[in-house]
Amino acid sequence: MDKDKNISAGTEERFLVSFSPHIWKGFSTSKIMYSVILALLFPTGAAIYYFGYYAVLTIVVSVAFAVLTEFAIKKLRKRKFIMDGSAAVTGLLLALTLPPTIPLWMTAIGSIFSIAIAKEAFGGLGCNIFNPALAGRAFLSVCFSSKMTTWVMPTYFSFDAVTGATPLSESFSFQGDKISLYKSLFFGNTGGSMGETSVLFILIGAGILLASRLIDWKIPATYIAVVALGSFILGKDVLFQVMAGGLMIGAFFMATDYVTSPVTGKGRIIFGVGAGALTVLIRNFGAMPEGVCFSILLMNAFTPLIDKYIKLRPYGLKSKKVIKKSQEQKS
Amino acid sequence: MSVVIRKKSAFSGQKLPENKFTAHMAIEKLPLPEKVTIPLQQNIGALCTSLVNRGDKVKTGQKIADSKSYVSAPIHAPVSGVVSRNIKVVDPATSRLIDAVVITSDGTDEWVELGQLPGVKSANEFQEIVKIVDSLPGAEMLKKIREAGVVGLGGATFPTHVKLSPPPDKKIDTLILNGCECEPYITSDHRVLLEYSEKVLAGLYIISKIISPENVYIAIEDNKEDAIEHLENLIVKMGLESNFKIISLNSKYPMGAEKTLIKTILDREVPIGGLPLDVGTIVNNVATAAAVYEAVVERRPLISKVVTVTGSVKDPKNLLVRIGTPVSSLINFCGGISGKANELIIGGPMMGIAIADTDFPVVKGTNCILLKEGREIIEQNCIKCGRCIKACPMNLMPLMFARYAKNEAYEYCKEYYIDDCIECGACAYVCPSNIPIIGYVKAGKDALSKE
Repeated sequence: MDKDKNISAGTEERFLVSFSPHIWKGFSTSKIMYSVILALLFPTGAAIYYFGYYAVLTIVVSVAFAVLTEFAIKKLRKRKFIMDGSAAVTGLLLALTLPPTIPLWMTAIGSIFSIAIAKEAFGGLGCNIFNPALAGRAFLSVCFSSKMTTWVMPTYFSFDAVTGATPLSESFSFQGDKISLYKSLFFGNTGGSMGETSVLFILIGAGILLASRLIDWKIPATYIAVVALGSFILGKDVLFQVMAGGLMIGAFFMATDYVTSPVTGKGRIIFGVGAGALTVLIRNFGAMPEGVCFSILLMNAFTPLIDKYIKLRPYGLKSKKVIKKSQEQKS
Repeated sequence: MSVVIRKKSAFSGQKLPENKFTAHMAIEKLPLPEKVTIPLQQNIGALCTSLVNRGDKVKTGQKIADSKSYVSAPIHAPVSGVVSRNIKVVDPATSRLIDAVVITSDGTDEWVELGQLPGVKSANEFQEIVKIVDSLPGAEMLKKIREAGVVGLGGATFPTHVKLSPPPDKKIDTLILNGCECEPYITSDHRVLLEYSEKVLAGLYIISKIISPENVYIAIEDNKEDAIEHLENLIVKMGLESNFKIISLNSKYPMGAEKTLIKTILDREVPIGGLPLDVGTIVNNVATAAAVYEAVVERRPLISKVVTVTGSVKDPKNLLVRIGTPVSSLINFCGGISGKANELIIGGPMMGIAIADTDFPVVKGTNCILLKEGREIIEQNCIKCGRCIKACPMNLMPLMFARYAKNEAYEYCKEYYIDDCIECGACAYVCPSNIPIIGYVKAGKDALSKE
């Protein structure tokens, strides 16, 4: 292996030729995806804790169908299938946004739709306009609206389901004072989609993503702040509005999807503000109790436009002003 | 007042693995090559035409090629011997064919008469040098710099006498001597700073006499503490504390790029398409300063260069090499290739150019020969993560260059200021999808320049 060899001029010694740079940081797309899965394990754990075996089954079905669909479509399109983890992220996210009683075949359909239509039909990873997991969820809620709005209280690992409304729906009632309401929302002991109930575990996962700089704080911060502000203006309970429903998981794990959100900092702020405003509007004036899914999908549609018009100021563009300033300083 | 000023980078940069294995290795002289190949374009600007014919005898230091064009610098024979062939070689940077002269050495290294100035024996006699330099008019020194074929040795190879003759309407208030050497692996400038420090400072003194700036800064990254300390002592010893200041910078890539360096030190931005002199600044490389000293005082033309040979070679070294020496001689002198190196890079790993064969000679702009194991590049789709934007020291949006150049929509690349790109490679270094962004940028610039 380690044989030293001399080379003489004019021999057939030839080397590879490629573009610079010749070194790479090595932080690949698949590493990003698996890090996101790692962070998602916290809300996933909460989902399994509160909704038991059925949560496990839904997650397994969703992830398996996502990966298999991607594999099948790559084969059909005669492209190379890379196990980059992006399909698994989509499958996992979809499962976390589903109600805990949804039949498994519906989960499978949603998962297939997410990958086949929302992602691969647009050209695969990087080319999709809409967040695949949210598109799958939206598809399911249009097709199977009653099953998609059947909520139960956390079952833990028993099989006796008690129906209970998601906190945002009109039929929701809570026995107890405000503090215990906030507590149950924070820890996740409430009805709702499997992965959205526990604010605490979502925040732990989000903390990992933020600390490792995998996501930018700009979208979740503006998103949540605008929802809080809008709810305050409309005279709603701000803390309740922020913690209930899918806002937390949506803001940290869905709206921050690189592919479907703007690429510049300013663009991301516009995205967050827009999604926040739309969520407040849908929650308070729309026909549905929850608006996170559709508000993010709508902002996904605006993303290409935002990216077209928000450009950065390159180094040296306003240089004349800079020169003037330095001349003024001198004189 | 302290000589050393510490500053932090004023741009988003990359912390790279430095791999400067040869930082503590003294410069060794490579034995005279048997044969040298001299491409007739060794500078940005005009191509030189040969002044010698096949069969001519030449002496070391004799001018063998020149051009009448303003932006050009002559080329000198690096060894004494016979002009054996006129050939064409492929310039790896542009892939164009250029003329080259081959000289077979006679092994005697017989020099032409240099006309060295009387009174100076070595660069240590700084007071003597000051006396001589002060008595010389700037125009004459510029002429000597041109005659010696001095070009920017940081890699850009812009003729130095042109750089030091700014148009009269541009007031130059700052001169920066660039000793950053921010590329991984390379240590040639570091060694020049340590071993040729007198020449570097004397050259800097000459340059500052020519352009008479208000401030003279020597910029060095803080991973070269020994060089900073050494220069500081020397500046104090020579009594130049009030003239020269050393700026110690945190090592962040690409600190040594002119534009980022000017931004960091002076908080000025060179306009797009402009030159540092548009913001009153001239930046010179440390090896260029040493060459300026040799040109003006010793009257010695630029025929050798310090080159780092590193990576997968048995004994990495810093070598003083005659221009025109084939790369293979340098590698063999360092014990040959070790391991599985299959990539040969002229320059550093970030901006260096990979070449296919080891016949290619060392030219004036060569500062490093790097052998390494090439990596397989599997380009994936852009996921718009924005890491390239964060990494870009020019505050550009590199993903857009890749997106539009891939579809040959070059006019859109222009909208994203592709001309402002310095091709430092920070974007492609961080790209998780392994997109060869610099390749797309080069294709885009090339296509736009043809319009």
